[in-house]
Order: sequence, then structure tokens, then C-alpha cells
Amino acid sequence: MNKILSRLLLIVVSLLSSNLLFAQGADSFDETMRGSGKIYVVVAICLTILIGLFIYLFLVDRKISRLEKEGK
Amino acid sequence: MKKNWWKILSLLLLIYTVVAGFLMKVPDLPIIHQSIRNLFFHVCMWFGMMILFIISFVYSMKYLRGFNLRNDIIAQQFAAVGTFFGILGYTTGAIWANYTWITDQSQSLGSVLKEPKLIGAAIALLIYGAYFVLRGSFNDMDKKARISAVYNIFAFAMLFPSIWIIPRLVGSLHPGAPGSDTGNPALNAQKDLDATMRMVFYPAVIGWTLVGVWLANLRIRIQLIKDKSLINE
Repeated sequence: MNKILSRLLLIVVSLLSSNLLFAQGADSFDETMRGSGKIYVVVAICLTILIGLFIYLFLVDRKISRLEKEGK
Repeated sequence: MKKNWWKILSLLLLIYTVVAGFLMKVPDLPIIHQSIRNLFFHVCMWFGMMILFIISFVYSMKYLRGFNLRNDIIAQQFAAVGTFFGILGYTTGAIWANYTWITDQSQSLGSVLKEPKLIGAAIALLIYGAYFVLRGSFNDMDKKARISAVYNIFAFAMLFPSIWIIPRLVGSLHPGAPGSDTGNPALNAQKDLDATMRMVFYPAVIGWTLVGVWLANLRIRIQLIKDKSLINE
């Protein structure tokens, strides 16, 4: 469980870091984020909140699992 | 991790909802315009609430069949998360109504407040609020569980007239009212909901409902741990 979660986190972090790399050059990703409507920025922010909430939920879930094991 | 696949599924469905829900092309209807994208968020809260209340209702019935306190805890927590979804649905609906019905359709606030679905939803949520008040007013655990299980069944039965039947009878600003020439909005596959929007709407409903089930699951497990320590004392 722990291993899989840390791997999942690693994947998320590596995905985010690739975004940072993209943002340095004026390539297609940069253009999408700076497009006229800038709706992609809203999408990025909502996704960040959503993924953050889910990571938090997973952590709470794990904490409760640990408490359950202690109770037995 | 095998048991957790549905949690990851809900995350994936919601990522899809946000990305497709914001970026897809939607039909441009008067008054609502782009705000129809709220269908993937506001409407899903109510769908999620309904499904969570159904689960709560089933567990209340199960409790009354065998008087297993575990079922009562499950019923209580699903009702709690369902009510939370209802409050979120109400709040998002208030924001949406403010920028469509009131500002752009120039309805007065009074006529929007007369909207039967708003009143019905408020009544339904208050009835569920009373369920928690009722639960809190008992010291005897068995008595509490029995009476609140019966009350929960009553509260579930009240959902149908208050949010489904009456708004469809007396006319409502919501879709599905008489005169608006729509049958069952959102579920009527032929004419009410654009086909591409349905491709996002149904996954969104499943995703949000799974989040609700997850929250309820966490609350149930906490309550079970708490009650176990109570029994040991």
C-alpha cells in the first residue's frame, strides 16, 4: 500500500515537473496556457485542487486503516 | 490496493469531468450560455445526494430487520454525507440562479424564491436535519438506533413529493416543469440533453457519487473505531 502510494506520488510529481520544463520555452504548452481565453489556467487550478483533495483523502484513509489495525 | 480501485476511478472520472467539462463545446442557449457547464457540478451534487440517501435508506431497513448497530452507523453516515452534498447543491444553485434567473431573465428575487424546487429541496434537507437532531437527543443507543431508523425511512419517503413530484406539478423554473415540454431532464436521452454533454454528465455523476461514498466510508470507519473503544471501557 505504502509503496504504491509513494509510486503514485512520484508519478504526479514527475508529471508536474515536466510542466515546469515545458513552461520555460515558448512551445505549444506555453501558448495554450497564455491563450486568449486562458480557460486552461482555470482547468489547471481546478485539477490541482482536485488532486490535492484526493491526496488528502488518501492520507486520511491510510491513517484510519492504521487506527483500525491498532484497535484489533 | 485491490479494494481501492474505485477511489482511483473516482479521481480519474473527476479529472475527466473537469477537463472535458471546461473545454468541450456546449450548445449556446439563451440566458444560461456557458453556465450550462454547471450541469457537471451542481446537478451532480443532487444526483449524488439522492444515491447516498438511497444507500442510507437501505441500511436503515437492514438495521430494523436484524438490529445490528453496525447498519445503523452506516445509515447515519451516508445520510450525513448526503445532506452535505445537498447543502453544496443548494449553495451552487443559489450562485447559478443569481446570474441567470435573477440578472439575465430579470426575474424578481420574490419569484425565484417561490420556485417550488427550492422550497422542496429546503424542506427535504430540513427533514434530514431533524434526523440528526433526533439522533442527538437519545442516550439509550438501541432506542436511538430504532427510532432514527424509522424516521430515516420517513425522511426518504418525503424526498419524493418534495423534490420530484411537486415541482413537476406546479411549474418550476427548473427543467422538467409542465409547459416547458420536457420529460425527465438529464435522463431523457432524445431531446433534453445534448449527446456530447451526456458523455461528460454520466461519468461526472458516477465520479462525484464515488467521492461521497468514500467520505461516508471514512466516517463509518471512524465511528466504528470510536464505538469499539466505548464498548471496551
